[in-house]
Amino acid sequence: MSQEILDGLAVIVNEVAGVPVEDVQSDKSFVDDLDIDSLSMVEVVMAAEDKWGVKIPDSEVKNLTTVGDAVAFIAANQ
Amino acid sequence: MTREVVVTGLGMTTPVGGDVESTWQALLTGTSGIRLIDQPWVAEQPAKIAGIMAVDPAEVVERVEARRLDRSQQAALVAAREAWAMAGAPEIDPDRLGAVISTGMGGLTSLMDAYDTLLDRGPSRISPHMVTQIMPNGPAAIVGLEVGARAGVHGQVSACASGAEAVSYAARMITTGRADVVICGGTEAVIHPITMAGFAAMRALSTRNDDPTAASRPYDLGRDGFVMGEGAGVLVLESAEFAAARGATILGIYGGAGLTSDGHHIAQPDPEGLGAARAIRFAIEDAGLSTSDIVHINAHATSTPQGDIAESVAIRAALGDHTDNVVVTGTKSMTGHLLGGAGAIESVFTLLALRDRLVPPTANLVDKDPEITLDVAAGAPRELPQGDIAALNNSFGFGGHDVALVFRSA
Repeated sequence: MSQEILDGLAVIVNEVAGVPVEDVQSDKSFVDDLDIDSLSMVEVVMAAEDKWGVKIPDSEVKNLTTVGDAVAFIAANQ
Repeated sequence: MTREVVVTGLGMTTPVGGDVESTWQALLTGTSGIRLIDQPWVAEQPAKIAGIMAVDPAEVVERVEARRLDRSQQAALVAAREAWAMAGAPEIDPDRLGAVISTGMGGLTSLMDAYDTLLDRGPSRISPHMVTQIMPNGPAAIVGLEVGARAGVHGQVSACASGAEAVSYAARMITTGRADVVICGGTEAVIHPITMAGFAAMRALSTRNDDPTAASRPYDLGRDGFVMGEGAGVLVLESAEFAAARGATILGIYGGAGLTSDGHHIAQPDPEGLGAARAIRFAIEDAGLSTSDIVHINAHATSTPQGDIAESVAIRAALGDHTDNVVVTGTKSMTGHLLGGAGAIESVFTLLALRDRLVPPTANLVDKDPEITLDVAAGAPRELPQGDIAALNNSFGFGGHDVALVFRSA
């Protein structure tokens, strides 16, 4: 399940920010490792909400430091 | 002492070509880029034709860039990269580098798309890039970021004179000592049912839908309005000293500009062409030239019944009898009218004409309107004399903006 979400998130991050799919790993930080700026993060969140039917509030987004954090949140709230 | 301004780079993407040379070759052969718009929404539109960019800029820029930028910004970036590369990507202190890229209408299609999203899916699905896509300074900012400009990033807004006004402002940044190099020009991409309907409501557009390539026909008796085009033109201007010091190839010389306003009507040209004539005279004066130095004019010539005559009157008022010695062309006959991009691509055309000593023909000029008292190139390119020569580029915009630019051969 988590792997499926990780793979889906990698596709989204690639689409939004051009980061190679293989670089989007659980331990990677969106900001420090993948260079995702705040506007691109908004796009990632929107696409993830649409794909998995979850709601990721702004108050939660700031806690999603790594890709793994996002995968865990989506898996728990799907 | 005024600092001389030279041109070291040119870039374009237009309805007849994706770069400078393909566009220029198309113009010299009289090739039109106007075609039927292949979209279901044209069915109810009075005007169903336009000059769509020959090469889709979204396919030229990076995929992620295309996603974040309005189409007008994509076009500006394509043209800017070509111009910057042609200039040899000058190494310059960013504090001495400026960017001035104009648009007449900004990211209007992005705004309309976002509004559709707002109605269909609600406010939470508006792109975080929407604001920077639609702001009229967006193209200037995007190009400024591309080259790392820190002397100033500006966007002049004067409808269809915007692109020419940008070039004049860029040159002013150099002559007043604010910058050594300025990348400048104009862009537009607003072919959308809302703009087509709006211009059609003004009865400004040609409705020669059954013969698209013949629709834009400046100076011809059969002209019935302009045809909208899209694309961008960019120039790299430098102080002559800076260009010489780095051994840059000089493509042409920026002479000067004249900027006036009609004070007549929001959308109709002054039939006496007084504002336009003053702009032409001021531009020649600013260039330190006399009327007899002008050998060529790339006219605004949009193919509207009134506008073409008003410009003809203005040119004759400004140049007097010397008008008979000047070869005029209306390149919108092939590109359509790029609105805020027009003055920029036509500045590029003017510089290429001076470089090659060749004036592209005005397409579709079959039956010349007797009220046009100009020597208009038609049928085939016309040769310009050797030696030091100068040419004018006229641009006028809704709102009564009159901008004339003078360029000199290198």
